[in-house]
Amino acid sequence: MGIGTYIIVSLIKIVIAVFILLTGVAYTTLAERKVVAHMQNRWGPSRVGPFGIWQPLADGLKFIFKEDLTPPYANRPLYILAPMISLVTALTSIAVIPVGPWITVAGVHTQLQITDVNIGLLVILGVTSIGVYGVALAGWSSNSKYSMLASLRASAQMMSYELALGLSLIGVLIYAGSFSLRDIVDSQAGTWLGFIPKWNFFKGQFVAFFIYIMAAYAETNRIPFDLAEAESELVAGYHTEYSSMKFAMFFMAEYANMFTVACLATVLFLGGWSGPVFGPPIMQALMPVGWFVIKVIAFIFIYIWVRGTLPRFRYDQLMAFGWKFLLPLAIANIVITSLVVALK
Amino acid sequence: MHLALFLIFAAVCVGGAINLLAQKHPINSALSLIVVMGSLAMIYLLLGAEFVAAVQVIVYAGAVMVLFVFVIMLLNAGVEERTPHASRVATLLGVPGLIIGLGISAWVVSRITGLDKIAIGGPSVMNGSDVFGNPQAVGQLLFRDYLLPFEVTSILILIAIMGAVVLARREE
Repeated sequence: MGIGTYIIVSLIKIVIAVFILLTGVAYTTLAERKVVAHMQNRWGPSRVGPFGIWQPLADGLKFIFKEDLTPPYANRPLYILAPMISLVTALTSIAVIPVGPWITVAGVHTQLQITDVNIGLLVILGVTSIGVYGVALAGWSSNSKYSMLASLRASAQMMSYELALGLSLIGVLIYAGSFSLRDIVDSQAGTWLGFIPKWNFFKGQFVAFFIYIMAAYAETNRIPFDLAEAESELVAGYHTEYSSMKFAMFFMAEYANMFTVACLATVLFLGGWSGPVFGPPIMQALMPVGWFVIKVIAFIFIYIWVRGTLPRFRYDQLMAFGWKFLLPLAIANIVITSLVVALK
Repeated sequence: MHLALFLIFAAVCVGGAINLLAQKHPINSALSLIVVMGSLAMIYLLLGAEFVAAVQVIVYAGAVMVLFVFVIMLLNAGVEERTPHASRVATLLGVPGLIIGLGISAWVVSRITGLDKIAIGGPSVMNGSDVFGNPQAVGQLLFRDYLLPFEVTSILILIAIMGAVVLARREE
């Protein structure tokens, strides 16, 4: 592939990936409102279009036309920079996530992934760790006590749970022997006895999977770990002072991060795009992507389900849970996985 | 291409470092330091050390600097106070003297270690990039060839952690 073709193909993939991601983000907000509403015996949004399907569009327009306020004593450059950091880091992570195998379109053989780097997982961890600054600076630059308390909570929480998150992935890395997300998916191909898939989840990494889920919920500031927004204590947390599109950017970043977490869980523990493939050639090309999307949507649904079910943690419980329960469990998982692999 | 990228990130790195010293507010200095860490990671990447680059971002730009920012926010540190009577000799001679001193030491170090033979993006770096910077190579170096220094360093860090805990809890 020449350099010109490479750039064009990459640009096309980037545009498609960002478009799908942002559409997914918009419709996850609707899905969340609908699902939570039905769990609470309400209807949810139902006025804009059939079943409220144009609600995200209406919300987006509303955000654009709202007045953009800046508090008078805010640190203006950082106040503007903070939502940008949040959104950019949230969208960047999608670049290394593989959604399907190699395909050939119009004579160009390419992988369904913007780029395959041999440190893919580390890229995601690095980008996520930079994302913390969005929340931290938003709270600090707003010059408001609620925002400030929330961003202190968020920074401490994200630092604590990043450890458990990172350690829970090591078992998977031991099995795959690579940081490349494509290699990790390839290492999970095949089945036992013809029907049990060789996903890392079934290879004995289910403890790591649950550690990952819990740490990831904390990393994305979702219920039951949403102490950074805790509306009953802190108004709206770190984005109390934000309005209009700046608020929308934080909102989009949160949902884009949910997608990253869901995609990563799918790739690392649930076998990525692997699943039964049959039918005519066009179906064989599309079904792996279909399996990937189904797994991601299931994961997003669990996110919403948990939100509709669980109350919020107390802050000291959150810290004790992260440091005294998740972290030792993650280390124990690494030791046991290494022993199993070494004795095989 | 490599040279252009190196010059860009080297300029960002040095600019960030100067900004770190020039800024009066600690949080701006901390953010400049993050920029320095980030551009250092890019320079590691240009040298073909992708694992070190990723770790640089995760550990330094991510974890360590978040702690810095966290402490600055927690203490609500204000604008730094500077003494108005700076020495005139230091102001006039400081910057040129620093540049000359750094230039001489860079020249001496590169002559002694042979670093001046390596060009950015040149053959010696690019040929070695497959074996010397990827995670497998770093892992084998750390956990096989340099296992003892690695373990000794970890014990040293453990002692530092315990020292910090003891100092923090002394009042009880």
